[in-house]
Amino acid sequence: MISQLNKDFESRVRLGIMSVLMVNDWVDFNEMKNLLEVTDGNLASHSSALEKAEFIEIKKEFVGKKPKTSYRVTNSGRKAFEEHLSALEKLIKK
Amino acid sequence: MENKNYHEDLSHIRSMMEKSSRFISLSGLSGVFAGLTALVGAAYVFWLFKKNRINYFDGKEIVFTKELIQQVFFTGIIVLIVAIFCGYFFTAKKSKKAGLKIWDKTTKRLLVNFAIPLFAGTLFCLALLYHGLFIFILPTTLIFYGLALVNASKYTLTDVQYLGYMEIGLGLISLFFLGWGFLFWIIGFGVLHIVYGLVMHKKYQ
Repeated sequence: MISQLNKDFESRVRLGIMSVLMVNDWVDFNEMKNLLEVTDGNLASHSSALEKAEFIEIKKEFVGKKPKTSYRVTNSGRKAFEEHLSALEKLIKK
Repeated sequence: MENKNYHEDLSHIRSMMEKSSRFISLSGLSGVFAGLTALVGAAYVFWLFKKNRINYFDGKEIVFTKELIQQVFFTGIIVLIVAIFCGYFFTAKKSKKAGLKIWDKTTKRLLVNFAIPLFAGTLFCLALLYHGLFIFILPTTLIFYGLALVNASKYTLTDVQYLGYMEIGLGLISLFFLGWGFLFWIIGFGVLHIVYGLVMHKKYQ
């Protein structure tokens, strides 16, 4: 049963990122940071880990001269997160 | 012990989802039509002025008769009702198209946060009316409407926030040009709504 829990979602920050992206389209870096109440570095490292697993997409663009980073969940990320949720639910019901 | 952690995980997920979900069905067309309604209402008020031999643009102080105040007031109410109806109509249409419910937690939160500054503003304006300080009413409506937009923008498309800032700014500027409140009002409720509505319509369609 435990094996169904996805290791990539083990940290609170990653769970938070995925939860936010499940109910939103593109969410930018600052907004995500405020929602999760984490530091810049913390968010950056966890989001790149999720990108490596191909659960989220990261878009970097320039708005004027400022770089802007935004996140969006991928289809496989959505599926993986849903499976993770059901695994969590099952564990609790046990 | 382990179990407790999973519970915490789940409640964290739930709270993150709730905190970050926004009402995204707000239609740009709602803004466009609200703006058009405001312009038509304004045109009618100008016509009323003209009928009463008042030339707004000569900058003289306008002496309002009781009848004229009533007529302007009712025009305002009708503009408000039509604008709200248009807002609802286009937003409901967009919701339906996207297969989303129009009345859920996000809508409720949006409306409550929009209504609080607006309610305060309404009472504020009624007090101004009561004291006969008519000249402050139009700038006040712009400022409080802007505050309501900024407050509600956390729960819907972020663009609404910038519209709010512009309305607040416009209202504050118009406080320094008392007597021209009507012109600022036309820009704020008419022109800005139309421009913003079109921008949002293009962006999210």
